[in-house]
Amino acid sequence: MSNQVIHALYDDDDTLLSAVKEVRAQKHHIEEIYTPFPVHGLDKAMGLEETRIAIMAFIYGCIGFSVAVLMINYIMIVDWPQNIGGKPSFSFLENMPAFVPVMFEMTVFFAAHLMVITFYLRSRLWPFKAAENPNPLTTDDKFLMEIALHNNAEELTALLKKTGAIDVSIPENKEEA
Amino acid sequence: MYTFPNKLKVLALSFMLIGLAGLIYGFMSAPKTIEESKAIVAAAAHHGDGHGDAHAAAPVAHTEGHGQEHASAGEHHDAAHDEHVFHQLSNKPWAALYVAAFFFFMIALGTLAFYAIQRAAQAGWSPVLFRVMEGITAYLLPGGLIVIAILAASGLHFNHLFIWMDPEVVAHDKLIAGKTGFLNVPFFLARAVIFLGGWTAYRFISRKYSLAQDEANDDSNHVKNFRWSAGFLVFFIVTESIMSWDWIMSIDPHWFSTLFGWYVFASMFVTGITVIALITIYLKSNGYLEKVNDSHIHDLGKFMFGVSVFWTYLWFSQFMLIWYSNIPEEVTYFITRIEDYNITFFGMIAMNFLFPLLILMNSDYKRTNYFIVMAGIVIVLGHYLDVFNMIMPSAVGDQWFIGVPEIGGFLFFMGLFLYIVFTALTKAPLHAKGDPYMGESERFHY
Repeated sequence: MSNQVIHALYDDDDTLLSAVKEVRAQKHHIEEIYTPFPVHGLDKAMGLEETRIAIMAFIYGCIGFSVAVLMINYIMIVDWPQNIGGKPSFSFLENMPAFVPVMFEMTVFFAAHLMVITFYLRSRLWPFKAAENPNPLTTDDKFLMEIALHNNAEELTALLKKTGAIDVSIPENKEEA
Repeated sequence: MYTFPNKLKVLALSFMLIGLAGLIYGFMSAPKTIEESKAIVAAAAHHGDGHGDAHAAAPVAHTEGHGQEHASAGEHHDAAHDEHVFHQLSNKPWAALYVAAFFFFMIALGTLAFYAIQRAAQAGWSPVLFRVMEGITAYLLPGGLIVIAILAASGLHFNHLFIWMDPEVVAHDKLIAGKTGFLNVPFFLARAVIFLGGWTAYRFISRKYSLAQDEANDDSNHVKNFRWSAGFLVFFIVTESIMSWDWIMSIDPHWFSTLFGWYVFASMFVTGITVIALITIYLKSNGYLEKVNDSHIHDLGKFMFGVSVFWTYLWFSQFMLIWYSNIPEEVTYFITRIEDYNITFFGMIAMNFLFPLLILMNSDYKRTNYFIVMAGIVIVLGHYLDVFNMIMPSAVGDQWFIGVPEIGGFLFFMGLFLYIVFTALTKAPLHAKGDPYMGESERFHY
């Protein structure tokens, strides 16, 4: 496994997209792409696996919904029934319309927060983690494509230049240095 | 250029014929006298069906809608009740006609609003669908004229859909009497004509610029269209709201809801978008609209999903506040619907919310014609029931039934709608080639 990589810098997301297709057509493996904002269709162009977070979002939402039903049933019906505006809380079903906002909010709350946490875990992110992007320009307005090198630096440099990269460089390997 | 296929033409015409027969049957079988009405009710009770049971609960319905006119009847309660049921039964064919006429008119109006939003937002994804939308909005004028004709017939006392039009009722009803400054027949009809005139004028102007843009060398037609559309949207949201009070909410002149205009708008918007998707898929499957790809269908699917949820949000906001506060003159609206219209009232929630929510949630399903068509048919029928639930309880009370006149009305206006829309589609190329955003729309790819 080679630790050497080549970095190509682009200044336009459309150029980047066509470059990705070109590089993949030449059977090179793209390690990673750093972009300042999400680029539509980039995941498909890179051939990344479909995300499964949508399925998890649905499951988290169902969990949130169930928690809300159990919680509101315990609070308002079982533990401390109250008479609010002439509507005594003796039955869950008869008071259900009043609980819908709670069920909705809990569903959204669980889905949103658990999705973010799942995303952090899967992408190995945590607060105060040192940034991994090799070039700070990718937090501004540039796009960086990282490709593994297998003693084919000249060939790749030529290819990347041809696809519209504004800069191609082979950084020193920091871990070994 | 698109040609109206003969098969579809025959289908549309036969829908109209069958529907017309159903409507005529409905008018023929409506009772002419109180005695006939009593016989109909007695026969229904004799069969022991749901209407017999509902009849026993009539005092509930009696205090609502048309009930007020008999409030002073007191000792003549039985006779008054028979007369009340007679009015409901003679309203039935008119209500069936009105629900279907309004429903298909509402599709054209919702589509017009969607179209104007695309124009005003200068949307890049939708120009390939402009001609489909323009085709659907062609139904606006004929559909609107029919609705106004029914309203005028009510104003001339051919039917009793709008009880505030009856001077006898107003004389005994202080609440309605206080509203006569707004709810009087000449002003009511004048408003209707102004609203329809404004909407039709925008449709005419926008269509003209849209066709002119096809052959133009610059974008001036597009820019004019953008300005007219932005102006139209301001006019639309005000007039649509007043239209919903006039044409629907005033059937129940004691009851009011401040978000009713939005609620009706959400209903027409989602139905309009659904019909755009259905007609687009139909044309696409016949080899037209070659520039439409599954990303366009995906976007329409997202709108169907999103606006269905938006409709539910408004439905629930209206329901929960009235249910919770429990003020008698407000809550009767929902009590009649829950007691006498249980199946249609809750069935509509399942069709308009649960079904689209679950089936259109998945991203891939929104790109699949099969799922869009399935969900679309359910949404269209569900919103027909929505209009049904808005109009029927106050017009016919517990005497409702989805029978020959109701289905006939639906079929007749569906046939008319298809005939007019597909005729309009043949009038211009389906590809609006001059639109400055056409390139973006053709390449549109999520």
